[in-house]
Amino acid sequence: MPGPALTCWLIGIPVLMKRSASSTAMSRRGLLSAAAASGFGLIAQKALGETIDFHVAGGPSTRPYTTTFPEKGRMVLQRNRPPWLETPFDVFDKGVFTPNNQHFVSWHWATFPTSVDLNSFALKVHGQVERPLSLSLQELMRDLPRFEIAAVSQCAGNSRLYANPRIAGAQWANGSMSNALYTGVRLKDVLDKAGVKAGAGHVLFAGLDDPVLPEAPRFVKSLAVDHARDGEVMLAFAMNGEQLPMLNGFPLKLIVPGWSAVYWIKMLNDIEITDRPDPSVWTTRSYRVPDTANYTVEPEKADFKLIPITRNVPRSFVTNLKPGDTVKAGAPQLVRGIAFGGDKGVAAVDLSLDGGRTWQPTVLGRDEGTYSFRQWQTTVALPTRGTHALTVRCTNTDKVMQPMQRVWNPGGYLQNQVETVEVVAA
Amino acid sequence: MREHPTMLRRTRIALLVTSFAGFAAWSAVAYAAKPLELHPKPEVDLPFGDDLSFPEGPGSDVVAANCVTCHSVDHTLNQPALSREEWHKVVDKMITAYKAPISKDDAKTIVDYLSRVKGEP
Repeated sequence: MPGPALTCWLIGIPVLMKRSASSTAMSRRGLLSAAAASGFGLIAQKALGETIDFHVAGGPSTRPYTTTFPEKGRMVLQRNRPPWLETPFDVFDKGVFTPNNQHFVSWHWATFPTSVDLNSFALKVHGQVERPLSLSLQELMRDLPRFEIAAVSQCAGNSRLYANPRIAGAQWANGSMSNALYTGVRLKDVLDKAGVKAGAGHVLFAGLDDPVLPEAPRFVKSLAVDHARDGEVMLAFAMNGEQLPMLNGFPLKLIVPGWSAVYWIKMLNDIEITDRPDPSVWTTRSYRVPDTANYTVEPEKADFKLIPITRNVPRSFVTNLKPGDTVKAGAPQLVRGIAFGGDKGVAAVDLSLDGGRTWQPTVLGRDEGTYSFRQWQTTVALPTRGTHALTVRCTNTDKVMQPMQRVWNPGGYLQNQVETVEVVAA
Repeated sequence: MREHPTMLRRTRIALLVTSFAGFAAWSAVAYAAKPLELHPKPEVDLPFGDDLSFPEGPGSDVVAANCVTCHSVDHTLNQPALSREEWHKVVDKMITAYKAPISKDDAKTIVDYLSRVKGEP
């Protein structure tokens, strides 16, 4: 009798892999044990009753915390269905790697599996290739070299809540970003295995999620073949040493280090190599920014060209002090936070106590990689009693610096102006 | 997580007191050292988010009938106050980009409702 379905895979242990290959579970029908629409539990959302107030004008300012989502701890609930769960900001003070159970969550369509069978899951590679592939997870994990990369995943609309004038869309505060150490295989190796045909310039990615309405556009994103083959773009099966939470894309996720999280397709199962650019609304209509300095325009203006969002931009935050916190006047005060350089590493994080007229350097923490959060810290003394503004600014290794002026565009995307925290010295 | 949160906090405080070298560090090395396993996951249960409703008033039934097919009510309730023109753009994008089957009359009712309920920006 053939072996039972695998209960556990130890990566790189051939005995288990071999057993899996001979298992009838491998050929079992049905990719998913449940389709999404029927799989949603009809459990009313029960928030903790605790809320957070983001103190913004022009609309609802508070959100509930929730602990009702599977494999997730305490999260800020921005939307139930499909889930938009924000990482509570205090998490960012605890270290550069966001715990998996507080890694932010964002889905475009509500129809996605609530269960995925590891034995029948397959990644299809097709289109303009010499050898179309259907790869099992076992094959991906056994046959291709693994690597690890730390990278920040940030929604293109992170911080949209703070846009002024306000903008429709996901009303994220600063928590639709998270950092993790990913483990996976190189997309390049998978593409080379399939053999990309000459002249095919684009790679289109899709996952197991589907629109609720059949006429609606499937969520897809694409990369240029050269980017896809850069050796850094990853197909990840683990983050922070654990398999992916279901809501973060179990069992396989596309990792595009340095690029906006919109490209990081969850539950990735379809890679199509094509000879034309992505025709979907997700690139031609949504996720577009003005082709201007800092992607910024005057709110009333409409005479600008729009381009697709691609790279992340540098950002930095104070994490150990909140607006309104009281500190001791004249005493040494630690100021600490996180920064990331966008598509490049962090070169420097500077702090200003005078609204940006003068800057003092901070000490950078351990470098976990170009695309990771990096901690920074310094000690200041605020000699006079009263309110003091602490402004923090990241400069990346390409000498790109966070702008002083507010970023504003009609989609509320790629906000990265310097952040200021006002504290009271007493 | 391998690190015990309390331990981490204690370590950090100790560092702050002594040298102000208080980086809270979750080491990548610690993660890498851990054997990597994939386990079958039990089916997860997702909250449907049907415990909120739109404020009663002219058009609230039309909004409820059209909008919650694709997203829960909190999506709409959390939106800021926008001008009529902006609301029109939002509803138009739902129809033309995301193929929401909303009739012309319903689209107007939805824009009227949201403009009224959300107020002027």
